[in-house]
Amino acid sequence: MSSREKILQAISANKPPLTQLPLIDTNQVIHFEDLIVQFKTVLESIGGIAIEVNDLNVIKGSISKEQSEGHYIINTVATLGEVSENLAALIAPDLASVHKVYIQGTLGVAENGAIWLYEHHIINRLLPFICQHLVLILHKKDLVSTLHEAYQHIHIARDGYGVFLAGPSKTADIEQSLVIGAHGARSLVVYLV
Amino acid sequence: MKTANHAHAAAAFIQDESRTDWHDETLWLVREKRDRAAHGLPEWELLREWASQIKDHTLSNLDQYLIEFERQAQANGITVHWAADAQEHNEIILNIIRSNNVEKIVKSKSMLTEECHLNAHLAQNGVEIVDTDLGEYIVQLRQEPPSHIVLPAIHLKREDVSETFHQYLHTESGNNDPQYLTEAARQHLRNKFIQSQLAITGVNFAIAETGGFVVCTNEGNADMGAHSAAIHIACMGFEKIIPKAEHLGVFLRLLARSATGQPITTYSSHFHKPRAGQQMHLVIVDNGRSRQLGRADFRNSLKCIRCAACFNTCPVYRRSGGHSYHTAVAGPIGSILNPNMDMRANADLPFASTLCGYCTNVCPVKINIHEQLWKWRQVLAEEGYVDSTKKWGMRGMALLFSRPALYRFAGKTGRWLLKHLPFVINNKWNAWYKQREMPTPPKESFRDWYIKSKKP
Repeated sequence: MSSREKILQAISANKPPLTQLPLIDTNQVIHFEDLIVQFKTVLESIGGIAIEVNDLNVIKGSISKEQSEGHYIINTVATLGEVSENLAALIAPDLASVHKVYIQGTLGVAENGAIWLYEHHIINRLLPFICQHLVLILHKKDLVSTLHEAYQHIHIARDGYGVFLAGPSKTADIEQSLVIGAHGARSLVVYLV
Repeated sequence: MKTANHAHAAAAFIQDESRTDWHDETLWLVREKRDRAAHGLPEWELLREWASQIKDHTLSNLDQYLIEFERQAQANGITVHWAADAQEHNEIILNIIRSNNVEKIVKSKSMLTEECHLNAHLAQNGVEIVDTDLGEYIVQLRQEPPSHIVLPAIHLKREDVSETFHQYLHTESGNNDPQYLTEAARQHLRNKFIQSQLAITGVNFAIAETGGFVVCTNEGNADMGAHSAAIHIACMGFEKIIPKAEHLGVFLRLLARSATGQPITTYSSHFHKPRAGQQMHLVIVDNGRSRQLGRADFRNSLKCIRCAACFNTCPVYRRSGGHSYHTAVAGPIGSILNPNMDMRANADLPFASTLCGYCTNVCPVKINIHEQLWKWRQVLAEEGYVDSTKKWGMRGMALLFSRPALYRFAGKTGRWLLKHLPFVINNKWNAWYKQREMPTPPKESFRDWYIKSKKP
């Protein structure tokens, strides 16, 4: 008998009688009146920076400024400018020196400052992590109160990969003192459009 | 018989009093952060109830969910392996490494691989592996096991880390700045990620409905490894299954708040398919879990989501350190999981508790941890795994408490001795006198006082 059969048989023999799943009623959970204020407050408390803008010009301006300064910048957002065609094929050594990456966020969660990123927006799974600095673009209308609502809006299996990203990379593994910039991006800016 | 292990190891840990105090206070601060995060949500208790019911339901239909998960995962292009025990888990991973001629391997935090002693098994076979979670990296360099499932290096001070990094990474001697030390590890491990051929990660949740899995980190190390390497192996105990994507909403709201007081971990990564050209493997492990499922009194320990809230809150854990538990998962939850794995070797653990119930109160999935600790004590006594001092001591107490006259006589004798011949009690043979002052003897017992004051 294979281990698979052995394990499944043991579980089947030992499991308790069937119980029911609870009904997750989102009317019973917290709801924020001002989603933007709540989102910004939490994002800042976890080390991120939120900037409200009226249009994309500010962001386009900073991209061209950074590029003219000679930084390795990768843009994955078509509305911000040209997106390189070969991004998906790049591997870790190609991306080791990326300074900053711009990515479109799908949805923001006010209770915890997390932003959902789909793989088809990220283009290359390494990009949000290997860059030194990360910039996300999020529409103000795409904010929800809680994760329960978030999961109603996104389809986690739509792409091969997706991530809720909340703030810059951090650790407190040395004496519980918080250090920003463990292995992933050292900073996170979220433009709320 | 090995039954006094925790007590002995704890005695060594508390030799350094200021460090013990620091350990105690630091973990209590984490507990307080958890409290603030929990109190920030009016629906906290409802969330715990939902989480508990989802896990109860999942355990009651576990074989079906595993079959559904496997089918969906395979359709997604993930290779699914099944391991009955630690040995098989380690063999599966070694086989993947060998058949792909892999040499450079990174691993993010996975308590399952600690439970299975994967690193040691690979090392015996000449395969080197780099732990990339900062805390795990530190303890790996020091050749120690993690002392906490969320904060692996919490038993160390910054000067210890500084010394270790000076020795292995050639950082400045005496530079104890956490920022500086973290940066040194970042630079060193970035090269490891970029060169890695194979990445091993744990699994926080596996979703039956979609055949994908979620990995949570703050550092981004799981993603750096998994997206750099050509092969990704994710390892999970079979109890990590949840039925649907919507249930992630419940568990991700509870996990980080319970663990560190954060509203969510920095990265909650949802893996469903390998990227183009990548191999993705998933190893589903039993290793005693199906046996625990059959123990009606203990099965709901399998609901655990490894947040470690019970560690941070436990007065015994905080003052004895994780290594005293001599197992991969320490703390109160470890003390109810480990006797199932090996009753004889872990018979001491259910006694490493005051049964105060703090752990049960903070558990996000409502495991009745303190009741199970108490029940394990009874099972262990019945099975003969309790040492004779404890056994005879308990029999003596039973004798004393069931004979009122004897009890009154013993009380009177004790009070007289404390007053007139204190050295008979205050000596090194009395365990209760160790690091404690004995109380001043009362003039009379409560019973004497009660009888006297009831008289008109």
